[in-house]
Amino acid sequence: MVQNMLKEENKIFKNLYNNLGWEIDKAIERDDWKDTKEIISKGKEWIINEVKTSELRGRGGAGFSTGMKWSFAPKKISSRPHYLVINADESEPGTCKDRDILRFEPQKLIEGCLIAGYATGAHVCYIYIRGEYYFEGQRLQDAIDQAYKRNFLGKNACGSGWDFDVHIHYGAGAYICGEETALLESIEGNKGQPRLKPPFPALVGLYGCPTIVNNVETIAVVPTILRRGGKWFASLGRPKNTGTKIFCISGNVNSPCNVEEEMGIPLKELINTYAGGVVGGWDNLQAVIPGGSSMPLLPKKICETIKMDFDSLIENKSGLGTAGIVVINKDQDIVSCMARIARFYKHESCGQCTPCREGSGWMWRILNRATKGETTLSDIDLLEDVTKQIEGHTICAFGEGSAWPVQGLLRHFRKEVDKKCSNDPLIKKKKDVPYLIDQHLLEKKNA
Amino acid sequence: MSLKKVNPEQPKTFEFNEKTKNIAQEILKKYPEKNKKSAVMPFLYLAQKQNNNWIPLAAIKYISKYLSMPYISVYEVATFYSMFNLSPVGKYFIQVCTTTPCMIRGADKIVKVCKEKISDKENQISKNGECSWTEVECLGACVNAPMMQINNDYYEDLDEKSTAKIIDSIFKDKLLKPGSYRGRKNTSPENVKLINGTEHA
Repeated sequence: MVQNMLKEENKIFKNLYNNLGWEIDKAIERDDWKDTKEIISKGKEWIINEVKTSELRGRGGAGFSTGMKWSFAPKKISSRPHYLVINADESEPGTCKDRDILRFEPQKLIEGCLIAGYATGAHVCYIYIRGEYYFEGQRLQDAIDQAYKRNFLGKNACGSGWDFDVHIHYGAGAYICGEETALLESIEGNKGQPRLKPPFPALVGLYGCPTIVNNVETIAVVPTILRRGGKWFASLGRPKNTGTKIFCISGNVNSPCNVEEEMGIPLKELINTYAGGVVGGWDNLQAVIPGGSSMPLLPKKICETIKMDFDSLIENKSGLGTAGIVVINKDQDIVSCMARIARFYKHESCGQCTPCREGSGWMWRILNRATKGETTLSDIDLLEDVTKQIEGHTICAFGEGSAWPVQGLLRHFRKEVDKKCSNDPLIKKKKDVPYLIDQHLLEKKNA
Repeated sequence: MSLKKVNPEQPKTFEFNEKTKNIAQEILKKYPEKNKKSAVMPFLYLAQKQNNNWIPLAAIKYISKYLSMPYISVYEVATFYSMFNLSPVGKYFIQVCTTTPCMIRGADKIVKVCKEKISDKENQISKNGECSWTEVECLGACVNAPMMQINNDYYEDLDEKSTAKIIDSIFKDKLLKPGSYRGRKNTSPENVKLINGTEHA
């Protein structure tokens, strides 16, 4: 079972648990900032092509090709400056990978920022960190200061002839600011409400200027890809789903952990090898949320064989998302687990589009009643209808994110949900209700 | 978004003190001159820090003048984001994560301890005036669930006992250290050899 494990030499994040130290001198020992000047001197074209060769897909959830995204930035810088924005607003339930990169591998991120900034023509980079990660932000600021001291940032950064500045901007507890356009609104000093796309941020982004928005993990793997070659990265994982990925395994497992592994590793192996197996044994497994709360859950049958990469999960009507794996065993009530997720989305909806603002509340209320056993069968049909009315009718992907988990629940656990519906119509219950006009229908012969 | 209550008792005036003013000037340098509006969130944080962890309306007015923004735009931002407190919280402000990954590892027990030890209701300041608690959505430390945040620090891998210990330490005004309360290193796996309850090679 263990022979398929990712080899130590192929690991990108060697200091994921802070066994080696986060400071810049320790990071340099781990080959950070090695040959950065040479890499940049090879030019924008080469960098973007190498990232394209590596087939790196964005690690923030959508899985869009990173090289492609960078190539959308205008080639010539006009009167409007370009910006690079790093999305460190990690708030997806089940995900805590960026936190470890910010705490323990900050130099990888900063070096990646310089390279990505150069490749996309940006002189300024904003890193948007969620406000709760106060300590992580301080740590990153320390790391940035260390990099400035060694002239890796600032004027003529790293001797490359490119001026580059990195700033931190704290969020303040809004999940929606993880959506790229909401994030830009938030940096501009507005409420975090997403913008309509197109125009895409690559052309009209921060302050109306061309902006590339990338996830922390995406940017942090770029320096290693360029040092070792796009082909090396592409040789890991499966075609179109290449490289390594940090998986966060939480929930009912014996030892929850973050771990870097190859894309396409079987879910069962991941849980058994690294997370010490499901609490109560594999047979006690009920369901797994494979990619953060907004991805539909998978029942045990699919978990037996599923491989953890973008395309295999899409085939099974779910998604890799942020690779935040939440394991739910049979001791848990699956309906109340999903009701809690629905409550999360109700709380975090920004309120801009009606279907999402109202629908997320509807879903939560129906599921909440279902956990108490106060629903009728037609309520569940209504619930399914509500999810369909949210999906695809909103400005941003939050609508899908809130509707999909409920759809997943209904797709795989309809029986469990139906069992909870004890408020069947009165007519079947034979309840004697005073002043009920349809009283006579309670008798079967009259029905 | 959740409902926000503006405190009925408000100070008449608010101004950044000298130290905060200097920090504010540094923050303004981060953003282009014509986009100084971007500094509204950092400024609200500064106001909150200066004013015992909550933002009075006078501070919102002050910031709007400082950044030449309409009052309502700053008010809008202050009410949209959940981390800006518009009414007083305890000196130790406890936020318990209760979203699904924490919930299935027993966040309800942590909430129970908070209810018993601090106050019956969320956002109610404890009898000695030191501490208040609230339930929040995912704090992004799911691998270390269940967890809570006290002011800026994360307390991870909790159970009833350790939570009670931490809250007791608050009442003594000697807060225990943040981090894992099961003695593990950050997000590394514990007992990796244990698979489904049995040792494996």
